[in-house]
Amino acid sequence: MKIIVCIKQVPDTTSVKMNPETNTLIRDGVVSIINPFDTYAIEEGVRLKEKYGGEIIAISMGPPQVEESLRDALSLGVDNAYLLTDRAFAGADTLATGYTLAAGIKKLGGADIIILGRQAMDGDTGQVGPSIGENLGIPHITNVRKIEQIDEDGIIIIERLLEDGYLRLKTKLPVLLTVVKEINEPRLSTIRTKMLARKKEIILWDSNNIDIETDRIGLAGSPTQVIKIFIPSKTIKGKIYQGNVKTSVTSFLKDIQSAGIQFIKKEDKMKNGTN
Amino acid sequence: MEPIKVIIDKCVGCELCVKVCPYDAIQMINKKAVIDIEKCTLCGACIEACKFDAIVIYKRSFKEQEVTSYSGICLYAEHRNGKLASVILEIIGAARKLKEDLNEKISAILLGNGMNSLAEELVLYGVDEVWMIDSPEIGEFAEDVHTELVAEILIEKKPEIFLGGGTIIGRSILPRVAAKILTGLTADCTELTIDSENKLLRQTRPAFGGNIMATILCKNHRPQMATVRHKVMCEAKKVKSGHEGKIVKFNHIKIPKTKIEVLEFVKEEDITVNLVDADFIVSGGRGLQDPKNFVLVEELARTIDGAVGASRAAVDAGWIPYSHQVGLTGKTVKPIVYIACGISGAIQHLAGMKSSDIIIAINNDLNAPILDFSQYGIIGDLFEVVPELIKQLKGLTGSKNK
Repeated sequence: MKIIVCIKQVPDTTSVKMNPETNTLIRDGVVSIINPFDTYAIEEGVRLKEKYGGEIIAISMGPPQVEESLRDALSLGVDNAYLLTDRAFAGADTLATGYTLAAGIKKLGGADIIILGRQAMDGDTGQVGPSIGENLGIPHITNVRKIEQIDEDGIIIIERLLEDGYLRLKTKLPVLLTVVKEINEPRLSTIRTKMLARKKEIILWDSNNIDIETDRIGLAGSPTQVIKIFIPSKTIKGKIYQGNVKTSVTSFLKDIQSAGIQFIKKEDKMKNGTN
Repeated sequence: MEPIKVIIDKCVGCELCVKVCPYDAIQMINKKAVIDIEKCTLCGACIEACKFDAIVIYKRSFKEQEVTSYSGICLYAEHRNGKLASVILEIIGAARKLKEDLNEKISAILLGNGMNSLAEELVLYGVDEVWMIDSPEIGEFAEDVHTELVAEILIEKKPEIFLGGGTIIGRSILPRVAAKILTGLTADCTELTIDSENKLLRQTRPAFGGNIMATILCKNHRPQMATVRHKVMCEAKKVKSGHEGKIVKFNHIKIPKTKIEVLEFVKEEDITVNLVDADFIVSGGRGLQDPKNFVLVEELARTIDGAVGASRAAVDAGWIPYSHQVGLTGKTVKPIVYIACGISGAIQHLAGMKSSDIIIAINNDLNAPILDFSQYGIIGDLFEVVPELIKQLKGLTGSKNK
């Protein structure tokens, strides 16, 4: 089985710096990690390989320092790693990113299963997975919480999380999955696996190495543009109740009621016909 | 989906396209144009020649898109079990505000089986046109089929704006549609407005776990697509009588077969889990100290008919299942009231509940970050405060029910 995991490097901090000219994020000088959601994708890919045999490849798009994250992926059980890196890729939105990663995956000859984390913790869009699926012309399933089985004919059964339950779905490989953290508990790398990862080569591809239309990558290939970034107003001065618990609760309830909040049951609301 | 196609209903058989096609790829069969995909190079000559807009190219050039022929605000009417997803009324609410600025009609794409009553409901809330495919061939969860059909309808109808729910389904279908028709999509928007100068859709959304807000435009591609975060926009109310809506059927679009078979849908029975739709949420964190103390949180939740949430710390400690987790890696909620019991307020937790209307913190630490985000903070031992709160609330609801 050939498994490809797409990972993203994200800043390991909540402080954000912006380039005021381009209104894009400055990613230099910030400690970077593998997007936490992607660690579940890596783990699931490694487990599939352990169960069914084959190869697991990690691929990412980004500046040269993403090599570090790919090396981390190698230390977690990934066999080979590829980085799509080129100044021309910079500033890509999810459409251009999906297109570019799909081009990289095509160059790798495709895969039986492609796995991503359900979203990146910096952008929080979750759009790149479906976009890659479309570019490759294979089905995608988001929010997968369990791969139940894959049989010899490539029939795969999975559980996919919804807001109010889950779906059991059946499809045929190849397929692209995005996974949620419930799916597994990622292993940690050891000194030995880290040493082994050091010795491996990470293959770098630029825009000339993959088959792409140059007007569909990077900033130029991105229909969406960030025109303004602002910090939401952070703190509010709330009312504090301290001291005697009983009087605190009493005055709190009085205040919140006068603020228009009624802690009455829904049935009562219906009866009153206010909705 | 074919890269180019003739809309049979619109084709009058005039043969103009046949004459202009440089590749001899179009023939007339039964007085309708038929394009030979093998010969066609998607040059677009026929599209310009056709006076009836009867030919559409799906593989558009990314670069050269003309945007002026697009108009209207369209939404994807997600539904389940014969009910519209609750975010849909919120999107209609947002669309009606946009309509005030754009003065263009609101349409809704409705796909499924037995859709008439939902179509009428959409009209009742202010949708001007329902673009509907009503067929037993369209499975409720067949996202790949919905994706194809949505894309076909968008290409044919050319709305300027296309909105969907920031739901699991919406956030699966819309990115794929955007990749299919090569346009921009902004995820999980919390604010949508029309730019007064250029009439573009200003799409504002949180990123970095809500640490920053970004306003995004899609200037040169259409439709301008966005998913809308659930529980942020105000729901539309029914429009006053006199509003007339039209239901347009798209029976000429071929329904593809799904590649994904649904074996079953399993509803998670635990009613306390339905956090996202709850008006009141009571959440517990590390301050509860012990799993059995979650009973306190649950009792408070029951008292006010609310749902039970939890911080990641409580979930990771195994005190309560992951389905209750609120925060960046859990659920995003926007109840009317969010009561945080013994939750310090890590940035990841705040990301999931910050947009609640009112946040109440019960905490013994006056310096807990959660208090910076709370309208009300009760400082004290939660094992004393929560029971007292329950006691006094029971007194209140008791008197209300008399």
